[in-house]
Amino acid sequence: MKILIKNGRLVDPATGRDEPGDVAIAAGRVVALGAVNPDFHPNRTIDASGLVVAPGLVDLAARLREPGHEHEGMLESEMAAAVAGGVTSLVCPPDTDPPLDEPGLVEMLKFRARNLNQAHLYPLGTLTRGLAGEVLTEMAELTEAGCVGFSQAEAPIADTLVLQRALQYASTFGYTVWLRPQDAHLGKGVAASGALATRLGLSGVPVVAETIALHTIFELMRVTGARVHLCRLSSAAGVDLVRRAKAEGLPVTCDVSVNHLHLIDMDIGYFNAAMRLTPPLRQQRDRDAIRAGLADGTIDALVSDHTPVDEDAKNLPFAEAEPGATGLELLLSLALKWGEDSGAGLAKALATVTCAPVKVLGDALGSLQSSAGRLVEGGMADLCLFDPAARWTVEPRAFRSQGKHSPFAGFELPGRVRTTLVAGHVAYEDK
Amino acid sequence: MLQQRNPQLNSHGELIHLLSIEGLPRAVIHHILDTAGTFLSVNDREVKKVPLLRGKSVFNLFFENSTRTRTTFEIAAKRLSADVINLDIARSSAAKGESLLDTIANLSAMHADMFVVRHSESGAPYLIAKHCAPHVHVVNAGDGRHAHPTQALLDMYTIRHYKQDFTKLTVAIVGDIVHSRVARSDIHALTTLGVPEIRAVGPKTLVPGDLKEMGVRVCHDMAEGIRGADVIIMLRLQNERMSGAMLPSAGEFFKNYGLTPEKLALAKPDAIVMHPGPINRGVEIDSAVADGTQSVILPQVTFGIAVRMAVMSTIAGNNA
Amino acid sequence: MTVNQLDAESLYTALLAGVKPLVKPNTALVGVWSGGAWLAERLQRDLGLAGEHGVISSALHRDDFSQRGMSNADPTKLPFEVDGRAILLIDDVLYTGRTTRAVINELFDFGRPASVTLAVLVDRGGRELPIEAAFTAARIALAPDDRLRLARDDAGRFSFDIKESD
Repeated sequence: MKILIKNGRLVDPATGRDEPGDVAIAAGRVVALGAVNPDFHPNRTIDASGLVVAPGLVDLAARLREPGHEHEGMLESEMAAAVAGGVTSLVCPPDTDPPLDEPGLVEMLKFRARNLNQAHLYPLGTLTRGLAGEVLTEMAELTEAGCVGFSQAEAPIADTLVLQRALQYASTFGYTVWLRPQDAHLGKGVAASGALATRLGLSGVPVVAETIALHTIFELMRVTGARVHLCRLSSAAGVDLVRRAKAEGLPVTCDVSVNHLHLIDMDIGYFNAAMRLTPPLRQQRDRDAIRAGLADGTIDALVSDHTPVDEDAKNLPFAEAEPGATGLELLLSLALKWGEDSGAGLAKALATVTCAPVKVLGDALGSLQSSAGRLVEGGMADLCLFDPAARWTVEPRAFRSQGKHSPFAGFELPGRVRTTLVAGHVAYEDK
Repeated sequence: MLQQRNPQLNSHGELIHLLSIEGLPRAVIHHILDTAGTFLSVNDREVKKVPLLRGKSVFNLFFENSTRTRTTFEIAAKRLSADVINLDIARSSAAKGESLLDTIANLSAMHADMFVVRHSESGAPYLIAKHCAPHVHVVNAGDGRHAHPTQALLDMYTIRHYKQDFTKLTVAIVGDIVHSRVARSDIHALTTLGVPEIRAVGPKTLVPGDLKEMGVRVCHDMAEGIRGADVIIMLRLQNERMSGAMLPSAGEFFKNYGLTPEKLALAKPDAIVMHPGPINRGVEIDSAVADGTQSVILPQVTFGIAVRMAVMSTIAGNNA
Repeated sequence: MTVNQLDAESLYTALLAGVKPLVKPNTALVGVWSGGAWLAERLQRDLGLAGEHGVISSALHRDDFSQRGMSNADPTKLPFEVDGRAILLIDDVLYTGRTTRAVINELFDFGRPASVTLAVLVDRGGRELPIEAAFTAARIALAPDDRLRLARDDAGRFSFDIKESD
């Protein structure tokens, strides 16, 4: 199908392009960018007047809940949520049920996702079997099945010997290990340690739960040479440690979730379980450091951390509620909001969810590495057309995701996705 | 962040639920204490009942066991002529896997007018207040570590009865403060009522430094904490603290932080000794002190019934 | 008589005269808070009665609790045994009769009086219950939304606090 996108504002953070232009698409690829040959005859023309034409978003953390948690989300609903949010490629953590520690499971998931013909799915495999932190998984087999890295999701490995060996093994083959820096014992609380948790009588997670884990990871990286991607930083001290590790030259990258970019512990208010998240929301200083870290590149990518939770699992006292928040449909707007509030601008905001996450994935993307997260002639036609001037109010009941609640409920946010194209076909259109 | 209205107050600023002392205006606290005074005199009459809650059903929902607290609420409700139903949830539907909100919905279908709730998780009464029918009132009888507002109100009544002027007092709270909902509610009440010096006394594992954010002076030395105090509130030490590696033994706790006659002598000569009960003799408090002339532990219990009558009648009279 | 002609002090004089013959050896004066209590306090002195007058509040037995919530009255204080006494209730204004009903219920929580008699300063009609005063110093008619209450200044002089509806 040949598609012509006319009169858009082409923004490609990877190259710095930001100018009016057209885009011609054929056979799933971008065949012309900027000026289109007049004898290109499209089957369909999309008028992108007033819209930004950007690379489709790349989300490094989105839970689709299949297999195993179908009461919380299905591939269909969550993929629909992704494209509605302009996300055309996403990485899912391996904590499904059963966890992604078998090549067969990974192949099945990729097959199902391909058939839906919506966003591209890049699964992470588990680092240890069953996420139990004892026996290594068959990382080579899993990579062949399509895994782009290996992770322990929310189950930190308490045994440092096992962690060292896992990093050593992964580094043999150049696999990236995705770790959430949280000490297995100190990290058991439900809210960030501090005045708010004390006042509300909630068990706390101290900052040292994150910094001790970071120190351990960096020390093991130094002796094993492993490449690590740190998932969901939450503290100022953590950002600072990553800054120093990067300055030292350690092969480390990191991400932060939209929740920690915008919210703090005070937003828990009267025990609002929509704010029950892992890692927990920290204080103003930590949010300020995260914002500064995203701006100066210490933090590489912004992720949605999309984790749809069943209504019943949120309608519980705070400590008993299941942590997690829906985020795919908010990723673009929350990135743009940061761009506005911080003065970083639209292109920089877009970079955190397009070319920067692709850099984190690196070789794992294979041939797609050259075109994912960017606008390039000859590349895969994954595009997000959005109205940067639109403002909308977050109404969780209207989400396409099965997780119908959000910590941002009622917020007014900038930017509305109008059309999303994946591999050259229209996967989503705003009616 | 979007502003949320204090769920305890209706749009006219009147109390419809009692969930926490936080956010209660000083005037509301004094009104409850004054009303409690009226009910105290009722408890001295031949006929100890008044008809204010006649025809209303008060459901005691205790997800965490406590015969003492439940009994005082039951007595208070009955003296207001309410019908009282006691639900021992621990042994019933929750154990069968029924969710908290389903339990509430079922009880509301039985025309409950008021829920008195005790739960082991901080914040549970807020969830209940958010989801129950508009005419139903919720009283928090203790949620996790967060709050025990009726205890704080009766503690304030006790202090007002013996000391009158809050603005001139030094109050010491001693013991396992970090795990104590009574301590949190007492601290909020004392600060709201204008007490200038509140001391939190105990070892670092039970009284961490960040408690000072609540407006108290943290003291790890008992003598320093008790010296010159007008009011001493002793808290119960629970056995779980030893198994959680926070304390080596009850004996060592008593040695450093137990209230003995010698330590009491460091406080003002007319200082009063309070305890929310039940007391652990020889762990946080010496028998000689618990039974001594400065102890007001038993009057606290009497005041507790009147205060709970005041709370229930105040909220029952205000509409959502 | 119209409301503007009400002179609290002279009505008190009439009340004192009217109440004298109602006083028996076992009489106890009980004033309804707040206006009735002030009247009872002065009557106790002027009648030369032994002991102390009682003050009674309707707060705990009101029938409008669900609409108006807890009221602010001073608590009931009866410094004598109620059993066997001839209680003489004193109130400033008698209107629907509901306050008197509530106060009688409150009284019976304390014991069994030999009798209960009511004496008021002003009867403004509009009764909704079968309640009457044995002595009334003045009768007037008021609109339902008008408010009439006894006031007392720092020197102890009585006057009326009148709020007419529009």
